[in-house]
Amino acid sequence: MKKISKKEMNKFIQSLMADYTILAPVNIEGIFFFKPVADFQGIDGEYKNSKKPPKEVFFPQTETMFKYKDGKVESTEKVKGKRILLGVRPCDARANLLLDNVFAGEDYEDIYYTNKRENTIIIGLACNEPSSTCFCSSFGGGPFSKEGLDILLIDIKDSYLVDTVTDKGGKILTGEFKEATDKEVKLAEKIKNEAEKKIKSRIRIEGIKEKLDAMFDDPFWDELSERCIGCGICSYLCPTCHCFDIQDEAKNSQGRRVRNWDSCMFPLFTLQASGHNPRPTGKERMRQRIMHKFNYFVENYKEVACVGCGRCIINCPVNIDIRKVLKKILTI
Amino acid sequence: MQDVQKKIREEARNLLAARKVDLVIGFEKGTIPCRTSPVFVHKEDDVGKLVWNSFCEMNLATYLTKIDKNKKVAVVAKGCDSRSIVALLVEGQVKREKITVIGIPCQGMVDRRKIERKVEGEILEAEEENGKILVKGSSFEKVFKKEDYLYSSCRVCKHRNPSIYDILIGEKVKENTQVDEYADVIEYEKKSPDERWQYFEKEIGRCIRCYACRQACPTCYCEECFVDSSNPKWIDKGVDLSDLAIWHIIRAYHQAGRCVDCGSCERACPMQINLRFLTRKINKEVKDYFNFEAGLDPATPPPLATFSVEDRQDFIDSGEGVKETKL
Repeated sequence: MKKISKKEMNKFIQSLMADYTILAPVNIEGIFFFKPVADFQGIDGEYKNSKKPPKEVFFPQTETMFKYKDGKVESTEKVKGKRILLGVRPCDARANLLLDNVFAGEDYEDIYYTNKRENTIIIGLACNEPSSTCFCSSFGGGPFSKEGLDILLIDIKDSYLVDTVTDKGGKILTGEFKEATDKEVKLAEKIKNEAEKKIKSRIRIEGIKEKLDAMFDDPFWDELSERCIGCGICSYLCPTCHCFDIQDEAKNSQGRRVRNWDSCMFPLFTLQASGHNPRPTGKERMRQRIMHKFNYFVENYKEVACVGCGRCIINCPVNIDIRKVLKKILTI
Repeated sequence: MQDVQKKIREEARNLLAARKVDLVIGFEKGTIPCRTSPVFVHKEDDVGKLVWNSFCEMNLATYLTKIDKNKKVAVVAKGCDSRSIVALLVEGQVKREKITVIGIPCQGMVDRRKIERKVEGEILEAEEENGKILVKGSSFEKVFKKEDYLYSSCRVCKHRNPSIYDILIGEKVKENTQVDEYADVIEYEKKSPDERWQYFEKEIGRCIRCYACRQACPTCYCEECFVDSSNPKWIDKGVDLSDLAIWHIIRAYHQAGRCVDCGSCERACPMQINLRFLTRKINKEVKDYFNFEAGLDPATPPPLATFSVEDRQDFIDSGEGVKETKL
């Protein structure tokens, strides 16, 4: 296994800048965003995870699909150049794999998404200090999970231990990377074990889908949706939510077609042109969100559409806690 | 605090037992420290869920326009929640006879983010005792004086006591009449247009259009919000700056003479946008022009929903430039 000293990280990053745009967590007034960096100063000590999940790098909140002017159409599907996404947490890397099912699956390929995925190398950062709201290990992930990453960095104080996951990742390693000592590898192992123990939240996921199969008309949804105020935080900040709305923005002979994030928590999401809304109240909308993640997605892709990142728990204005919801479902 | 909590439970039990209400909306313990969650209590057996502490930050009046309006509801109301209820009454959105206001004189709610910034690591436990907030993490234990960590809206609040109530729990508190509530708005007004725009852009530029601000706001109850209209489509749906700007400006304008400055919008915002600076600027205008503050009197309609011949009209441009009109 290799290592790189934190002091050498900037040199490594600088050497990549000629060929790649580097997106790393940037602290803006206490909120972390993945933004292009020109000068890498290390990962901020306060960094737990980004507010918006890194899905936006592949599936931006607002994305122009094509533009036109005076009869000429210009496609905007391809990203210019290659990118490196640095500091991604293992939960979010797993989420990208779930999104691949939808945007790069057997049935359909979304070229806007796959082009960005193919041109991006993901360098992950293991979670030495998972939060109390983290429950990644319930879904087969973990604070040191490598799934969906090209490289995993493990913070061992003055250096990062480097776990090269894919050839794509291995190819970018430079002379700054040295062989790690046995002691360092053992230290990383110890940190990993401790981190895994720090995840106290555990959700039993077995049986949830089957419970939900029989729950479409259950009064549970009334109770659950009562306190929900119907904002889009849980879906917009979720690393696996992926619904969108396509709009045309036109003025005279020029315009563009845009894809924007949308949320099943909004009434407009299902409002039909006739005025009829098949999901008229919060109850149906809340049910849809839970069903999609823990039933329909499982039906379609054999996996649950949740990675346990805890963003919806931390950010919900009324403290609706998905862990509590899932536990309750199992008791019904 | 404990006394208030006990009395809330007692009153809720009595109201439900006597079938005076169908449900009680209050707060329950949150699943994470420094949080509570709104709770809908339908049965006497569940009144034990109700809590009262310095983290009861939601404005519960927001639910009154979202639930079945035929239901008889009791709602736990701080000063600001009660003012929002008044604002809804004045606008004919709720029926007084359907609502039982359990008023609670408020001493301000604690801004958990302010406390989080003062500790190294995650807060795993929080307790409250005699005006102090005790927080614990895996490697720290700290005590904070509650009044130093209040929400900015609570710091400038002049109406801590409920403006209407059917039941009052606890003693009325002394109002903070001396506070200069618009000091920061006045500072903002002094900036150049460019500086003001820069600040506005910095704040709203991170908006993700989740509409949590709108949903948390009791007076944002339009059946169809202008941003959701698709025919005509007033604004585009993305996060381009021009669309974000229009959303935030119109949202603030629609609150003129109606916003009670509870701060719910800002607390709900996941991006921690200073949403109150626009609404407070408008609140200040309404106060300066009409000497009106929303939510204090159920008999007085908001200035923009009424007309008087004595109203100032000097802002009307007759086409010959703005001039003073004397009646």
